[in-house]
Amino acid sequence: MALDDQSKPYFKFVGTRPKRPDGIDKVTGRAKFGADSYAAGMLHGAIVRSPHAHARIKSIDTSEAEALKGVKAVVTRADFSKDIKFTSGKDSEHWNVLENVMADEKVLYDGHALAAIAATSALIARDAVKLVKVEYEILSHVTDVDEAMAIGAPVIRKGASDKSVPSGLHENVVSYYESGHGDVETGFTEADLIIEESFKTEATHQGYIEPHACLASLGSDGKGELWCTTQGHFSFQKVCAALLGLETSQLRVTASEIGGGFGGKTTVFIEPVALALSRKTNRPVKIVMSRSEVFRATGPTASTSMDIKIGMKKDGTITAGQGTFRLQGGAFPGAPGGMTAMCAFAPYALKNVHQIGYSVMSNRPKQAAYRAPGSPMAAFAVESVIDALCKKLDLDPIEVRLKNASRKGTKASYGPTFEEIGLVECLETAKSHSHYKAPLKKGQGRGISCGFWFNFGGETAVSLALSEDGTVQISVGTPDIGGSRASIALMAAEELGIPYDHIRCTVADTATLGYNEISHGSRVTYATGLATIKAARDAINKLCKRAAEKWGIPEEAVKWEDGHAVPSGPNAGDFEPLSLKNISEKMGKTGGPIVGHFEANPEGAGVSFATHIVDAEVDPETGKTQILRYTVIQDAGKAIHPSYVEGQFQGGAAQGIGWALNEEYIYGSDGRLQNAGFLDYRIPLASDLPMIDTVIVEVPNPGHPYGVRGVGETSICPPLAAIANAVSQAAGVRLTELPMSPPSILAALKAE
Amino acid sequence: MQYYAPKSFSEAIEISMEAKGITRFLAGGTDVLVQLRADILTPEVLIDIKKIPEVGDILQNSDGSWRIGAAVPGAQLNEHKDLKAQWPGVVEAMDLIGSTQVQGRATLVGNLCNGSPAADSVPALIAAGASVTIISPNGSRDVSVEDIPHSPGKTTLEKGELISAVNLPKRNTNGGDAYLRLIPRTEMDIAVVGCGINLSVKEGLVSDARVSLGAVTAKVILVKEAADAIIGTSLDDKALTALSLAASAACKPINDKRGTIEYRTHVAGVLAKRAAQIAYKRARS
Repeated sequence: MALDDQSKPYFKFVGTRPKRPDGIDKVTGRAKFGADSYAAGMLHGAIVRSPHAHARIKSIDTSEAEALKGVKAVVTRADFSKDIKFTSGKDSEHWNVLENVMADEKVLYDGHALAAIAATSALIARDAVKLVKVEYEILSHVTDVDEAMAIGAPVIRKGASDKSVPSGLHENVVSYYESGHGDVETGFTEADLIIEESFKTEATHQGYIEPHACLASLGSDGKGELWCTTQGHFSFQKVCAALLGLETSQLRVTASEIGGGFGGKTTVFIEPVALALSRKTNRPVKIVMSRSEVFRATGPTASTSMDIKIGMKKDGTITAGQGTFRLQGGAFPGAPGGMTAMCAFAPYALKNVHQIGYSVMSNRPKQAAYRAPGSPMAAFAVESVIDALCKKLDLDPIEVRLKNASRKGTKASYGPTFEEIGLVECLETAKSHSHYKAPLKKGQGRGISCGFWFNFGGETAVSLALSEDGTVQISVGTPDIGGSRASIALMAAEELGIPYDHIRCTVADTATLGYNEISHGSRVTYATGLATIKAARDAINKLCKRAAEKWGIPEEAVKWEDGHAVPSGPNAGDFEPLSLKNISEKMGKTGGPIVGHFEANPEGAGVSFATHIVDAEVDPETGKTQILRYTVIQDAGKAIHPSYVEGQFQGGAAQGIGWALNEEYIYGSDGRLQNAGFLDYRIPLASDLPMIDTVIVEVPNPGHPYGVRGVGETSICPPLAAIANAVSQAAGVRLTELPMSPPSILAALKAE
Repeated sequence: MQYYAPKSFSEAIEISMEAKGITRFLAGGTDVLVQLRADILTPEVLIDIKKIPEVGDILQNSDGSWRIGAAVPGAQLNEHKDLKAQWPGVVEAMDLIGSTQVQGRATLVGNLCNGSPAADSVPALIAAGASVTIISPNGSRDVSVEDIPHSPGKTTLEKGELISAVNLPKRNTNGGDAYLRLIPRTEMDIAVVGCGINLSVKEGLVSDARVSLGAVTAKVILVKEAADAIIGTSLDDKALTALSLAASAACKPINDKRGTIEYRTHVAGVLAKRAAQIAYKRARS
C-alpha cells in the first residue's frame, strides 16, 4: 500500500495527555472485567487437571461427580470436534490448541486439563472435580530444555517436528532456524578478544492480575455467545468455532475489559470448555480460573539455554557474533526459537553473524507469547557478552554499542535492510543522560543494554460513525491493553478537528466489525491507529461531498480544515464553513448516515530499539539485590499519548526487574510446579522498584501517517541484560543464569 | 461447616471438646480463611474467639509486664507507643507480616498457632522470653512460647486447649531486642531465615541474651549456644563471629523453593550478627 506524507508539521491533539476514556470506570469499579459477566440460569464450570507431568490416561470415571447434587454435566475430549486431526509442527495448530485445552490420551504437564464439570455453584463444581476418578499410567518426564534435547529423553509426542529440523536431532526438537551472513570463522580470526559463554533463563509468567474468565452460551442450534477477557476476540471466535465444530459467524464473541495480558491472553484455555459445557447443559456456563490454575496451565514464556560467542577488536569493533538458542516451549510446538535467534544481534551492524534457534518440547504448559517473545532472553545472553568484552578491553559500553549500532541501510542480522530506525538516537540520548554520568558507590554497579523488536501490523478493520450532535463513535476490533482507546481517539480528533472528548472509541464485538488480528506485536496504536486515520479521512470525504452538494460546487472544490468543510480556494466560491456538526445534524435528510471505514493489512510497522541504564547494589553477605535507579530510553516513532508510552516503558522495565531477579517456574523432581501462586512466584512489589525514568525518542516510522512505532514490547527486551550487567559489576562476578535470586548470587560469590 | 462465636473461653473450650472433624479457632483469619478459600483446608468446625471479652486488649500489669489478648491485631501493637518503645523487636517482627490490610487482622497468637517454622513474630517472642496463657478444661497455665511449636503446621496444644493471651516480661532498663528476616523482596513475603535477639547490657558488656532462629529447622528454635557466644562480651568482632558461627551451626534447614541449605545456614549467621548489633544499640540507648 502507499505510504503517507510525513510532513505534517504540527499536531493539535496528538502528543497531548488527556485522561483515558476508561479511567473513571476502572477506578470506580464500574468497568466489567472477565469475571463480571452474569446470565440468568448460569452454571459454574470447574476443570479437572492432571497432577502428573506425563501420564497416559487409562480411564476417567465421572459417575461419582455426576451423582453429586447440583452437577449438571461433565465434558471430556469426546465433547469437542472430531474433525481436527494431528499433523506435524505448527501446521496443526488447532489440534495443538485442542490438545492443550482438553487432553486426549495423555496428560502432558502438571495442570493439563482432562475433564470439566458444570454445576449450580462454583463450590459444588470445585467439590465435584475432586470426585472424578482418573487412572493414570505414569510416564517418565522432562522439564529442562537441555535434558529434553538429550539422547534418551522421553519423547513428548512422536511426529511433532516440522520439516525444518535436521535429521539426527531428538524428536522433542520440533523446529529449527538458522540464518546469518558473512563468515564468522574469518571474523573470529580478526578479533583481539573472543568471549564465549553459556546462559540459562527460567520460564516466567506474564503475571497479569486478572485470571482468565469467561461466560459462554451455546445452543444445540450451533448459535453461541461468548463474553471473555482476551487480547483477541476475533481469534477466539475462529478457534472456538473450530474446536467445537461451529460455523464461525454463528459464534459472537465480546471482549471484556482486560486486567493485563502481555501476550498471555492471545490464546484460548477455558473458553472452548465453557462453550462445550453450555452446549451439553443448554445453560450459560461461567468459568473463572484460580491463580494456581493460571500458573499451572496458562502461558509462561519459554525457558532457555543459550551459547554466545563474540569477537571484538581493541577499538570495540565487533568482528563476528554467533549464537545458539534453545527454547523450551512446553508440551507443544511453538517456542520462539527462530525469533530469539533473529533478535539476538539485530541492534548491531555485523559483517559476520550466525544464529541458530531450536524449539523444544518438554512436560510443561504450552508456552504463550510474553512481550517480544524470545527477544529479552537473546539480549540477556548477547549483551552480557558485549559487556564482558567492554570490561576486559576497558571500553565504554555505550561507545562500543554506538560504534557497532545498526542504522538506516544496515543489513540486519536476520536478513532485511533497515529503513529509518532510532537506535543511534537512543544510545546518544543515553550517553548524555545525567543517569549515565552519576557517580556510583562501592558495591554498586551500572548496566547498559540495547533491545530490539520487530513490531507488527496485521489484519485491521475500523468503522467511524458520526452522530447527529456532531460527536463520533469509533468501533475497533483490538482489545485495549495499554490505553489504545485514548490514542485512537486522539488520532481521530487530529484528523476530524473535533475535541478528544467528543469521540468515543469502543471495542466492538465480532458481529459488528470485520476481522481484526489480536492485540499483539505492539500493533494496536500502529495498525488500528492507521486504520482510524484512514477511516476518518473516508468520513471527511463524505462530509465534504455533503458540503459540496449543499453549496452546489464540485466535491474537489471542498476541503476539510480544522473541523470544517471549507471551499478549497477563492475560485471555489465564498461559503460559510460548515462544521462537522452542521453537516451531521442534517445527514438524515442529505443522504443518510455518514460512516468512515478502513480495512487492510498495514505492513509498515517499523522496528523499534531501546537502550536501558540501570544501577544495582548487591549485599555481599546475603546476595540480595536492590535496583537503585532505572532509565528507559526508547524510540516511539511518534508518541500519540506520551503518558501511555511512558507507562509501557515503565511496565517493561518493572516486569524485566522481576524476571531478572526473582521470577521463575520451579519444578520438583516429580515434574510438578512448586510455586503456583504469587507468594512464591515473586513478581516485584511497588516497594521493590525505583522511580523508572523514561525518555521518549521520536524517529518517525515511514509506514505510519504520523510516524508511530509500536512501543509495547521493545521495553522488555533490554532489562534482563542491563540488570545482569549492573548486578555482575556490583557483585564482582558474572551472572549467567536467571533469575539472579539471593541464593544464586551468594552461590556465585562463594564459587569465586 | 459449623461456625461458632462463643462469648467466653469456657464456652469456646466446651465447643472445641465436642467438635468432630477438623476444628480451627478463628482470630484474624489471615491463615485460616486463606487456606479455606484456596481449597487447602476446609474446617468442619470454626470457633471465632473475637467475641470473647478482653481478647482485644493490650494491658500493662502493675509489675511492668504485658498481657496481649489473643485477637489483638498487628496494627494495634504497632500503634501502641509504650509497648513499641519497650519491645521494638517483637512489634517490628509482627509488623513485617503481610500487607496493611493483613495487619488489621493478623495476630501474634494466630502466627504462633499456625505452626509455621517461618513465622516472623515467633523468634522475636521466644527471644523476648514471652509466654502464652493456655486455657484448658483443667484450668489455665502459662507456657513458654518456645514450647508451643512442634513441627511444620503443628503445635503442642491438645484438643480443648486454647491460647488466651501472650505475656511479655517487664522490659529491664538496660535491655533491647531486634528481629530481622531475609526475604528476596522488600515486603509481603515469607522469611527465608528469621532471627530474633533480646539482650541486656551492663557496663558495655552483654549480661544476658536470648537468640532465636526461624525457617532453619522444622520449628522456630531458641539457640542457647548463640546467646552464650555473646554473653560477657562487648559484641566485638570476635564475639560477632562466634555468634554467627553458633547460629549457623544450629541450622538444620531443607532445600526448597525459598532457599538452599547452604544459603539458609549462611544467612542465619549474617542475620544473627546484624540483629545483635541492633539490639545492643537499643539496650544502650
